[in-house]
This record gives sequence, C-alpha cells and structure tokens, in this order.
Amino acid sequence: MTAQISAADRPTRQGAVSLRGARLAYGDRVLWDELDLDVRPGEFLAVLGPNGSGKTSLMRVLLGLQPLSGGTVEVAGAPPGRGNRRIGYIPQQRALDPALTLRGRDLVGLGLDGHRWGLGLRGRARRRERVAEALASVGATEYADTPAGLLSGGEQQRLRVAQALVGDPDVLLCDEPLLSLDLAHQRVVSDLIDARRRAADTAVLFVTHEINPVLPLVDRVLYLVDGRFRVGTPAEVMTSATLSELYRTTVEVVRVRGQIHVVGAQGVCEDQAHHVAEDA
Amino acid sequence: MLFDLAETADLLALDIVQRALVAAAVLGLVAGVVGPLVVTRKMSFAVHGTSELAFTGGAAALLLGVGVGYGAVLGAVLAALLLGLLGRRDTERDSVIGAVLAFGLGLGVLFLWLYPGRAANKMGLLVGQPIGIQPTDLWVLIACAVVVLVAMALLYRPLLFASVDPDVALARGVPTRTLNWVFAVLVGMATALGVQVVGALLVLSLMITPAAAAARVTASPLRATLLAVAFAEVAVLGGIVLSLAPGVPVSAFVTAISFAIYVVCRVVGRSRNRVV
Repeated sequence: MTAQISAADRPTRQGAVSLRGARLAYGDRVLWDELDLDVRPGEFLAVLGPNGSGKTSLMRVLLGLQPLSGGTVEVAGAPPGRGNRRIGYIPQQRALDPALTLRGRDLVGLGLDGHRWGLGLRGRARRRERVAEALASVGATEYADTPAGLLSGGEQQRLRVAQALVGDPDVLLCDEPLLSLDLAHQRVVSDLIDARRRAADTAVLFVTHEINPVLPLVDRVLYLVDGRFRVGTPAEVMTSATLSELYRTTVEVVRVRGQIHVVGAQGVCEDQAHHVAEDA
Repeated sequence: MLFDLAETADLLALDIVQRALVAAAVLGLVAGVVGPLVVTRKMSFAVHGTSELAFTGGAAALLLGVGVGYGAVLGAVLAALLLGLLGRRDTERDSVIGAVLAFGLGLGVLFLWLYPGRAANKMGLLVGQPIGIQPTDLWVLIACAVVVLVAMALLYRPLLFASVDPDVALARGVPTRTLNWVFAVLVGMATALGVQVVGALLVLSLMITPAAAAARVTASPLRATLLAVAFAEVAVLGGIVLSLAPGVPVSAFVTAISFAIYVVCRVVGRSRNRVV
C-alpha cells in the first residue's frame, strides 16, 4: 500500500478557489505539497508565513502565471488562465511615479478594460458610469482627477481596491495590500475589502505577514512554513503548539488585547517587499 | 529678411514642398501618438539610440543605391530588436543602448564616407531633408505610418496598462513582455520616419518633446496624446514653412518651436501644480 491519496478519496470540490493535492517546487525545493484547500464564496482566508514560503507563488498559481508542479487547481470554477476576468487583484502599495500621466479615474478604468484590445470607443458612457461607481464605493471620487502619482500611499491603495473591484470579481487576491500603509489606512483598506466580500459574496485570499490588522475579519488561516502548512481558524492555527510544529522550533504565541504576537521563530515577522512579477 | 511672405507662398506651391509637408504631417501624427507612451516608459534614450541606427540603415541604403526610407526602417527595427534582446534587464538597458548607439553611428559614418554621391544627401540623414523626399520614400513613409497607427489603435489599452501599471497588468493577463517587444518595433518604425524628416539627431524633438510638454499640463492619457499630436504638428509643419524663405535647415526651426512649446507647458504646469 502506498501513502498516495487517489483523486477519488479527496474531498469534492467546492467554493471559489479549490486546490487538490497541489504541489509547487522549483527544482529540488518544494514550496508546498499535497495542499488541499477550498475557499468558500464570501470567505476571508489569510495566507501567512515567512518569506520564501510560497505565499506569492500561490497568488501566481491562482492568477495563471505559474503552473503547479502537481495536483490541480480551480478558480471560480475553471482552471486558472491568464487574465481570468473573475479574479480581482490588489498588489502591495508601491508609490506611482509622481510624473505619471495618469489620473485615479484612469487607473480604475484600466482594471475594467485595460486588458482588452482595440480603443474601446463603444460603450464609453457605461464604462464611465462603472468607473464612477467604483470610485465612489471606495470614497475616492474627490481625487479621481488628480494625477495618481501625486496621491498619498493610502489614497493610491484605495484606488487599487476600486481597480480590483470594478470588474465585479468572484475572487479577490490581495498580495500584502496593507504593506507600508499607516494604521488608519490599513483599517480603511481592509474594511473596504471586508465590505465587498459581505455584500457580493466574494472570496478573499489575503497574503500578509502580519495578521493583526485583519484578525477580526479572518475566517481561516493558511499558514505556510518551509514546505509545511496548516489550514484552520485563527484559534486553531495561531497556537504555540501548531506554530512550533510548523517552524520545528519552540514558538510562543501570545495574545495581548485581542492581538496575536508570535515570539521566538526567526523569519516569523518580516517586512521585505516582494510581488508577483519579481520571482518569475 | 528672414521671413518673406511672398517667397514663402511661391515655394508652398511647389510639388516638392507639398510632398515635404505631407511627410511632416504624417510624422507629426505618428510621433504624437507614440510619444506619450515613450515618455511614460522612460524610453527617450532608446529612441535616440534607435534613431542613430535608422541613420546607419539610411546611410547603408544610400551607399547601396536603394531607397533611404527602406534602409532607415530596417535599421531602426533591427535596433529595436537588438536593444530588446540585449537589454532585458532594466539595470543594463542604459549601457546597452550607449554601446549599440556608438557602434551604429560609427558604421554610418563609414558608409557615408564610402558614398560617392552628393554631400547634401549625407547631411540630410543627420539633420533632416524633407524637401528632398522622393515620391517612393513618401509612400514607404505613409505605409509605415499606417502600420504604426493601426497597431497602436489595436494595442492601445493593454499598452497603456502595461506602461503605467505593469504588475497589475501582468496579473490581469496582459502579455507585458510581448508588448514590450512590439512597442519597441513600433517605436523603431516611427523613429525611422522621423529620420527622413528631421534627421537622426533631432528625432527626439518630435517624439519626446511634445509628449513631455503635454504631460506637464494634463494627467489624462487621452488628452496628453491629443496635445502631443497637436504640438508635434505645430512644430514640424511650422518649422518647415518658416524655413522655406530663408533657406535655413528645417531642424533649426522644428526644434526651436518644439522646445518653446515645452518651456511654455512647464511654466503653465508649474503654476497649476501650485494651485492644486
């Protein structure tokens, strides 16, 4: 008898994102293997783990930019392909060039039809309407015509949320969207994402190195460490026992005033920037 | 007198002058459409390098006795591909352009030295000679312009997306890498057109200056493109008309008008930023 689980034994697919026996390896280095994961519509899943644990690679797999080394994956009911219209994507905040010839309105509009060929002269009125709605939904109407590069990081990130939501996605992939934002803007941006998934049943996969800003919103956590992983509610995963097992060293999880602090593991907390385009 | 109305009017009636104006108008349109994305992508130096190789191609064509237009286009497109191939990493691109540009220029000088024909033809490649443009070259120019404009119309939105927001564009399925190549080739073709009208040394004054000026006064990509076309047309057509009577090289006027527009836009843009 082998330990291999046959496809028939795996739980049936459900939800907006579904991975079965998923494996991702670069040469000998296995980022994760035998990953089964279902994210329900409207669920908020935080993806945690140290750098190099494959959080961003998971995003790349779901975006269709990186094939799995093994297993299968479905996003919004179909295998991931480049440019899946049912996925919204929010990158980490990276300041736009102040001299960029681009208004907030244009940035959001590109999220709607920037991937389409042609000039898009037809249906311009409807397009303008949808962009205006998306801008209003994140409270960015006021600065929609300001050069995008002159806006603050928080304002730019609000535009990013509108850009990701304007296409009405079923799945929202967020890659460290709060990085380098101050606390007030972290709150604003995560609340906008939360409001969306409650209103439209959008599944949210939220890659972050810091769970606390989104802890009240998180339904489940996927914690990746060095090829090992654990999926469960924050109460199940964010414990000294579970994290010690994942990190294979003694890790202390301390809860202070509703916040979770992980003490003892190297690389548990890191601030290094990364994004989907880099490790291509 | 530097500017003589009657003489200018007489000259405007000539076939060769009208041909020059048509070529210039076509170039202004192409440069204005391509320019804003060149500026956004910070490709000014690449345009300069490409135009030097368009000059090399033109010089080779002159030596071989084929149309200068063909040579210029071939040289510019080869340059665009070469720069794309060698300078894939951002950190390297700058020095790759420098190296290729210098070599191309040297090669061009050799071709011109070998060329036994008129000196004015040689000078024309460097500083522009629209009045001398042959009907066949005009047709090559128009054909290239149509190719560039049609491609720009088809690719405009993904190109803009990939230029201003490459990470998200990639995540949304825009083939950013392929578009880099395609755009480099389109820029190469547009540059080659410029070499025939304003010469290799001054292509920047039509591809970059109008777009950079437009970017100073508007943040709307559409408005920036329309303004860049208008600025480029004013500079190139105005420059040719003004240069007729005094017989001064076209480039002197074209670049002066282009630069004046740029300075005015900078001043206007500054006062606007202060208000905001």
